[in-house]
Amino acid sequence: MTTTAETSRSRPLGLVRHSAVLAKRSLVKTKRSPGYLINGVMTPVIFLVLFLYLFGGAVSGSTDSYLQYLFPGILVMTTSLSGMLATGLNLNIDVKKGIFDRFRSLPIDRAAPLLGSVAADVVRYVVAVVILFGIGYALGFRVQSDPLSTLAAVMLAVVFGFCLSWVTVFLGVLVRDEGAVLAFSFVAFLPLVLGTSLSAPVDTLPGWLRAWANVNPVTHAMDACRALLNGGAVGDTVTQTLIWSAVLLVIFCPLAVLAYQRRE
Amino acid sequence: MDFAFQAEGLVKRFGKKTALSGLDLAATAGTVLGVLGPNGAGKTTAIRILATLMRPDEGRAVVGGFDVVTHPSRVRRLIGLTGQYATVDEELTAFENLVMVGQLLDMRKAEAGSRADELLRQFDLQEAGKQRASVLSGGMRRRLDLAVSLVGRPQIVFLDEPTTGLDPGRREDLWRLVRTMTAEGVTVLLTTQYLEEADALADHICVIDEGRAIADGTPADLKQIVGGQAIVVRPVDPQQTDVAVDVLEQVAGRRAEPVDRGVVTVPVDDDRVLPEVIQRLAAADIRLAEFSLRLPSLDEAFFALTGRSKEARR
Ligand SMILES: Nc1ncnc2c1ncn2[C@@H]1O[C@H](COP(=O)(O)OP(=O)(O)OP(=O)(O)O)[C@@H](O)[C@H]1O
Ligand SMILES: [Mg+2]
Repeated sequence: MTTTAETSRSRPLGLVRHSAVLAKRSLVKTKRSPGYLINGVMTPVIFLVLFLYLFGGAVSGSTDSYLQYLFPGILVMTTSLSGMLATGLNLNIDVKKGIFDRFRSLPIDRAAPLLGSVAADVVRYVVAVVILFGIGYALGFRVQSDPLSTLAAVMLAVVFGFCLSWVTVFLGVLVRDEGAVLAFSFVAFLPLVLGTSLSAPVDTLPGWLRAWANVNPVTHAMDACRALLNGGAVGDTVTQTLIWSAVLLVIFCPLAVLAYQRRE
Repeated sequence: MDFAFQAEGLVKRFGKKTALSGLDLAATAGTVLGVLGPNGAGKTTAIRILATLMRPDEGRAVVGGFDVVTHPSRVRRLIGLTGQYATVDEELTAFENLVMVGQLLDMRKAEAGSRADELLRQFDLQEAGKQRASVLSGGMRRRLDLAVSLVGRPQIVFLDEPTTGLDPGRREDLWRLVRTMTAEGVTVLLTTQYLEEADALADHICVIDEGRAIADGTPADLKQIVGGQAIVVRPVDPQQTDVAVDVLEQVAGRRAEPVDRGVVTVPVDDDRVLPEVIQRLAAADIRLAEFSLRLPSLDEAFFALTGRSKEARR
């Protein structure tokens, strides 16, 4: 009889390899049923079109200049929304479908299913962002800065979405009901993504909303992307976004892994 | 003795409900332990503890020489688990499911692929190989689940009601597979609700109820207690059921149990009492609609072991 125990000890980087195998699984599933991915792009696009033609004239005088203002925020909305939905929900479904038990009975690191799923998310964000840029360009959005800043904006949005996703990962593992995860994501979506500089500059907002938008990390991410794509002054927005991302990651990633390990 | 796995005094509570209350289980290497028990007896809970999916509240379990609580990852290298409910990814094909698990077990892709083909052939699932698991029939999914748990050629295999949902032919296939595995030195723990299945496969049977063992021994030992076979009698006239019960109890020397719709059963050691039963029933002028000899059911075994009928247990 060949024993797997021997082969496994002779192959290094288990966590990375196992996470990659599980990320591939997740992507194969997205390819077969791309509903969530499409949903994750369409929701921001609907907001984009809605805001553009509803407020464009009022806020910026013309839809063209408003599109330049709006698009970077929609970019962050796309990655945040995908982050809030995908992994938390997928993991929750895995637990319920029982495949979670399969993973847990295998000699793999308990973090591998989480990392695999989140890594697949990053690929999904990139696909979503590419589609979004396509639609943005079709509507008339043009990057005003250089390719490097564009890349930085995209990466910042993806990193932010990735770090934010650990909140719902934690929730997806903690809560039994997938409806609850979904409900949380939608409830959190409103203040988190809309209570920002998304549709109008923060100083034009009413006082209470301004106070919230100013502390909301999503605002920083949107401001940073706007500056990077439109060539404005970046200021400390990028640093703020990165600090917030790190904070979210450092708190919720260990919590999620712990909750995943604890579940029976 | 050298145990492949051994659990002592397992206790597991879910809130107020005590699922296991001091269960002991053990099997020597290369044997089959049959765990027999009705719904809610604690079979699944026991398997989940042995397979490191749950921690016991009290007691300890050692699998392949490693403690399940302190060295779960060492245990996971040695075991294969087929849970009561399928644990395959429904959106992947049968082949992809097998390859994924192979790769998670550190096989290289080619190796995982050939192992997957081998298992698909062994479980007669070649056609299903390219189909998503979600479209497979219940029995096929069950077989796929079994195949997945054997990818890594585990030395210790836990099967939670593995034949539930399989047709009789497939069930025999599974029995054959279990025998082949044990011949190669694999140790198997198998839970079942069928005495017949435990009798056919197990070297040792543990009957559990309400989280503890109520009987334990070889199939032969158990038959000593519960009777090797059971006589089933159904009088044409349901009014005569009570008389039939008296006759059967006198002949068999055990308590007879009236089950549903005027059917009476009594465990017997062997078929030698049959002529006498027929004679006495005829003498009592009882006409029979049904008369047969079969292995006792789990309910009858329970009745013999605990003196409580199925209804009384509820
Ligand atoms: N996660 C859980 N939460 C609460 N109660 C549970 C849980 N798992 C099992 N139980 C309870 O523990 C008891 C034993 O359950 P278990 O699933 O081990 O029984 P079983 O012998 O496998 O039954 P079956 O033949 O129906 O599969 C049952 O009363 C069940 O309701
Ligand atoms: Mg069970």
